[in-house]
Amino acid sequence: MTPLLSIQDLTVELSARDRIFDAVSDLSFTVARGEVLALVGESGSGKSMTALAIMRLLPEPVARISKGRILFDELDLAAASEASLRSIRGNRIGLIFQEPMTSLNPSMRVGPQVAEALRLHKGLDAAAARRRVEEIFEQVRIPDPKRRFDDYPHQMSGGMRQRVVIALALACDPDVLIADEPTTALDVTTQAQILETFRDLQAAVGAATILITHDLAVVAETADRVAVMYAGRIVEETTTEKLFAEPQHPYTHGLLGSIPHVAEAGSATERDRLTEIPGTVPALWALPKGCAFAPRCPRARQRCESERPELADMAPKHRAACWYPMGGAG
Amino acid sequence: MTNLLEVCNLAKRFTIAGGLAGKTRTVHAVDDVTFSIAPGETLGLVGESGCGKSTVGKMIVRLLEPSDGKILLEGTDITHISHRRMRPLRRRVQMIFQDPNGSLDPRQRAQDIVAEPLLVNGMRGAARRRERVADLFEKVGLRPDQMRNVPSKFSGGQRQRLAIARALALNPALIVADEPVSALDVSIQAQVVNLMSDIQREFGLAYLFVAHDLGVVQHISDRVAVMYLGRIVEIGDTARVYHQPSHPYTRTLMDAVPRPDPSRRHRALKVPRGEVPSPLDPPSGCAFHPRCPIATDVCHRERPLLRRVASGAEAACHHAD
Repeated sequence: MTPLLSIQDLTVELSARDRIFDAVSDLSFTVARGEVLALVGESGSGKSMTALAIMRLLPEPVARISKGRILFDELDLAAASEASLRSIRGNRIGLIFQEPMTSLNPSMRVGPQVAEALRLHKGLDAAAARRRVEEIFEQVRIPDPKRRFDDYPHQMSGGMRQRVVIALALACDPDVLIADEPTTALDVTTQAQILETFRDLQAAVGAATILITHDLAVVAETADRVAVMYAGRIVEETTTEKLFAEPQHPYTHGLLGSIPHVAEAGSATERDRLTEIPGTVPALWALPKGCAFAPRCPRARQRCESERPELADMAPKHRAACWYPMGGAG
Repeated sequence: MTNLLEVCNLAKRFTIAGGLAGKTRTVHAVDDVTFSIAPGETLGLVGESGCGKSTVGKMIVRLLEPSDGKILLEGTDITHISHRRMRPLRRRVQMIFQDPNGSLDPRQRAQDIVAEPLLVNGMRGAARRRERVADLFEKVGLRPDQMRNVPSKFSGGQRQRLAIARALALNPALIVADEPVSALDVSIQAQVVNLMSDIQREFGLAYLFVAHDLGVVQHISDRVAVMYLGRIVEIGDTARVYHQPSHPYTRTLMDAVPRPDPSRRHRALKVPRGEVPSPLDPPSGCAFHPRCPIATDVCHRERPLLRRVASGAEAACHHAD
């Protein structure tokens, strides 16, 4: 599969509180058409900053791309003009944020908001845009789409609003879809409904998709491939199956053990002690010299403290940045 | 074993100033909730937003006045007890919140935050209090050198540890924990959940653990109560409720939880129907009937009461076995 989106050495620099530091460092990954790549990490890992950088929505000058390329269809988004970015965002790249009200205008009816994108990017006239919006509302399973067209966002439930956001993101048949914690604010039954809609439509549209989330269970049920981020870098990247079966980085291993997931009957984990990852995430402006995870890592040795491991192939389609990976021990 | 806490037919109604017509309306946020907690036991209280689970927690620590029903703490009726008479009992029941920031004074030093309940409850002698605070710091895994820091110097997980230390100061019998780990990162959640299990064992504490995360609740709870639109629809031993759910809503919840198992990815999800109705206008009969796959006529007409079902749990469903 040829990648549709290719991120190369992306580095995002932040200036905050008189400090200048990298929030994202030397990030490289690709996403192919129809594929879902999950970017997973805890707060401060740089996953959301990466999404904003790809869309060129960083809050400049506080945050800026200081290095790297974002190749999308022979265009480098990192160097593209604001005019060409405007014709791409919301058109060829669709966006879904955690909080639907980030994307929706509270003072405008939801149907016309989606129609506006179609008129702007696809040149549809008002009647055609309305017909298309009703179709898309139907696809994202908004009940009674003709009537809902004229609702304001505040008249809808959180789940319905997120469906409108998905409709907006998919309206122009995007090549790339970026979803930042799309179900995190939702209750579990609504989450299941939205994930199903998201999965079906992503597959139907065939967009290259980046799913940003902290929730490994959502990853397991949605993504083809996973990149795990820690302190601004990818520490492991592989297929979803391999990540869960044979995690190589001790951080990934620890994360998987610390999820208090709903266990099946009689399984050993049911009321066991959870695996703890001791300590806390280091401040990005005070990262240790070697591996950023070393101070919390049960496998760390001297080399980890002095020398930072690069992402390297551990097995086919399996990269990890670790001097002493888990190996077959899992 | 006598119960530490007994809650009988507890209800909370809120009156809402009306819309255009100016009529006031009543919301039954909590209705007819009954359960008990034994010493040293954890009862998990789960449900989706707006189901009333946090309101139940707040009534038990008397942050909210119940509209109806009874709360007995160690045999004493505290339902409408005055603040003055509640004071000695308040040592027995403490609360920790989702966002420790909201409950920790940002200008106070950590040691003073933990010492405050000791002071208020008349523990004399600064040296004795200092010793007790140092002891509590150690119990919750905070370092002695952090005692003089203000809360903003602590990470989210450490702030929750601080809130736990303060809650433990007066040797409570019961801690009401309202979403205590849901604002924390996964790796930190595990630390706090483990800490709560450890101190439970050490002090014989009971918890009312209010949370929406079914995984966390399963992990920490002996028994679980599932709420829907202000009422308990199922209550029983954790394993029974999770593995043999008897109420269709409990089944819906369990099916909806994503699990960290990639083999499920290509399987059709069991997706729940519809949305939670407005508490202002709850459905007739069983509140779950519009979304229920097995609802019949009787469910539209009659509200089912909690009763013992085959699994050994109690469920409020006309059709549970």
